[in-house]
Amino acid sequence: MLNGFTGLLLLQLAGEGIARSLALPVPGPIIGFVLLLAVLRLRPRWTPSLKQAADGLLSHLSLLFIPAGVGVVMHLKAIREEGLAIAVALAVSTLVGLAVTAWVAERLGKREPAPEDEAARDA
Amino acid sequence: MRDDFFRLWVYLSTTPLLGLTLTLVAYQIGLWLARRSSNHPLVNPVLVAMLVVAATLAATEVSYQQYFEGAQFVHFLLGTATVALGLPFYERLAELRASWRSLVSGLVCGSVAATATVYGLAKYLGVSEATARSLLPKSVTAPIAMGISEAIGGVPALSAVFAILTGVLGAATGKIVFDLLGIKSMMVRGFALGAQAHGIGTARAYLVSADAGAFAGLALGLHGLMASLVLPWVVRWIL
Repeated sequence: MLNGFTGLLLLQLAGEGIARSLALPVPGPIIGFVLLLAVLRLRPRWTPSLKQAADGLLSHLSLLFIPAGVGVVMHLKAIREEGLAIAVALAVSTLVGLAVTAWVAERLGKREPAPEDEAARDA
Repeated sequence: MRDDFFRLWVYLSTTPLLGLTLTLVAYQIGLWLARRSSNHPLVNPVLVAMLVVAATLAATEVSYQQYFEGAQFVHFLLGTATVALGLPFYERLAELRASWRSLVSGLVCGSVAATATVYGLAKYLGVSEATARSLLPKSVTAPIAMGISEAIGGVPALSAVFAILTGVLGAATGKIVFDLLGIKSMMVRGFALGAQAHGIGTARAYLVSADAGAFAGLALGLHGLMASLVLPWVVRWIL
């Protein structure tokens, strides 16, 4: 567990370092995510201990959003004037986004195995 | 007696212990309620805990800054957890190889549809240009949304707020939308949740199934990458 956690922190640190030094528009942890894939590929032996640490963190992913979420509740005053319009725009676009993403992925997924269907994707 | 209590409170409210404990207790309350409702999407543990903490802070007149002194230890782990999302994803590379085309198509279509809808509706309803621009990156994870917002003339702090609100909304409504559309595949359901409701959607997906969670994590990363590369250009050309 501790080995795995140290590994994750090292990857996060490396990702942060790369993102900052190259001034990438992507945050360090996302680079760390890609680095983790590379490490797992090159050193499969390390998988069990990394997995233990990752499972521990991810099983309580909800917890990690609470501090930022509380900040949002405290900020709601700032958007009170446009609140209703923003709420409508956010709610409708979220439903549309969820529906379109899932519907397209599901429809195209059903015909995926046949390569000759590739042209149909553009339709 | 009252005086002693007051002194104790003044001491406790300035130590990180209070914010940290409050966060964990609120999370346990959220989890407990979510389980009692057999994981009903509207009883989202993040949402419940957010409200419990905010209400407690308001009632005790502890400032957000004071609270964050303790809560930052939890907040910090978000980055580490983002790295950790690589692991469940790695374990499902074979499934991804078989269906990446349909998933990425869904991601692109959903992203365009959501972005166009949010901007169009916001402008139609008379929202100011800066706020409307801050709404554009609302479906990507908050740290990326803030970066994009800055690049496209939005307000980064507002974008973070909109991103988290979208995450909560998406996590709460995903199940209803997928059931209505008759989508059963955990891979597709998780992927759509991660694509549109990023981290909070991914946390919701993990509550339901490890498969859904893994693909949600992937979608979150892909959408973040895609939006940070594409949105600034699209805004420059179109708006």
